[in-house]
Amino acid sequence: MTDEVRVYVEEADGQRTEVVGPTDMGLNLMELLKASGYDIQATCGGMALCGTCHIEVLGGPTLDEPGDDEMAMLESLPVLREGSRLSCQIRIADAIDGLILRLMPQDS
Amino acid sequence: MNSISTDICIIGAGPVGLFAVFEAGLLKLRCHVVDALPQVGGQLSEIYPKKPIYDIPGFPDILAGDLVSNLMRQIEPFHPTFTLGERVEGYEKQDDGSFIVTTVDGTQIHCKAIAIAGGLGSFEPRKPAIESLETFEGGKGVHYMVRDPEAFRDQRLVIAGGGDSALDWTIFLADVAKEVTLVHRGTTFRGAADSAEKVKSLHEAGRARLVLSSNVTHVHGNGKLNAVTITANDGSTESLEVDSFIPLFGLTPKLGPIGEWGLEIEDNAVKVNTVDYSSSVPGIFAIGDINTYPGKLKLILCGFHEAALMCQGAFKYINPDKKYVLKYTTVNGVPTL
Repeated sequence: MTDEVRVYVEEADGQRTEVVGPTDMGLNLMELLKASGYDIQATCGGMALCGTCHIEVLGGPTLDEPGDDEMAMLESLPVLREGSRLSCQIRIADAIDGLILRLMPQDS
Repeated sequence: MNSISTDICIIGAGPVGLFAVFEAGLLKLRCHVVDALPQVGGQLSEIYPKKPIYDIPGFPDILAGDLVSNLMRQIEPFHPTFTLGERVEGYEKQDDGSFIVTTVDGTQIHCKAIAIAGGLGSFEPRKPAIESLETFEGGKGVHYMVRDPEAFRDQRLVIAGGGDSALDWTIFLADVAKEVTLVHRGTTFRGAADSAEKVKSLHEAGRARLVLSSNVTHVHGNGKLNAVTITANDGSTESLEVDSFIPLFGLTPKLGPIGEWGLEIEDNAVKVNTVDYSSSVPGIFAIGDINTYPGKLKLILCGFHEAALMCQGAFKYINPDKKYVLKYTTVNGVPTL
């Protein structure tokens, strides 16, 4: 077992970029994506309050169900997809290895 | 009009803004604190008063609400004054280097320095991407919040959204308005099951209309809104005559008016010099979550540190000729103002 996971970000042109994250840092996916240079505002700093780290999960492992706070925020956003999640609520852990996602536009 | 005079006007009554009162007090500087929320404590009081915080030095754990109460006790000797429930709008710099800060309700605070401790900023409504929506803002039929439900009496309303506020206002306004239609892009209301059940029963009773799997996609009118187009996820459309359209897609923290203050902004935050947390405008400082600098960490404890250094900078700005000697509370205790 390594202490890294890989997630794949689908870019606007359909290409997928591999992003490697450490599992032993207590990071969440928003922090990993931000640290990898993706343009995410994450105004609230990871409290499921602002909705600016909205992603769409396209494939990979099945994640734990979103919690109440995340549900409430997702439901209030103007655009929601089948795989919509707030990346700040997803922990970088073995369970997400292989996740495929794309960023939703800010404010949606 | 309410007019106040002080040394430092602190914008934001969160933990960092409150602690700045203490640090300023040690330097015999008086503070006036303004916050858009009706109570002190910022996010700690508004969002998570019962949540324990584990990274305040000296407190293995402390409830957010208790931290706010402790801070209020700590700054009491310095008799800070407060304007709560009013959002700061603008400022004017005077010839003598002082400032007049103005709130949305017209309160004026004359101060010698400004410390912005605005945290996440102010919570503003999220606006859906609908063409020309903004042309109907400002009393012409599009409202992003319900301030006075009576304003909608006997109107034909379309509400859009799937969160608590969309559901709750649909329920409330069903009794006030002539017609209420709630448009939701999905089929489920994941955040608020009880309210969703109520709206469904209103729909069945014919007292409100619920349109699922649809979005409001166009707004129409000549100077004043008179109709909206609702497009279903299958592509079919419906035009509905309305008096008001109320999109309720939650609130999102924005920098707000401070973003227009001419300060250097980066990443939606005020860029500061870490020597004294001064902004690009002399006399205006920014501390806590609202500022940014290389290595910035959004932690309460970092905000406390920033508050201490900011007060040194503010003291020098206010008293350019005085040579300041740091006072240690261990030697003299806490002075009073």
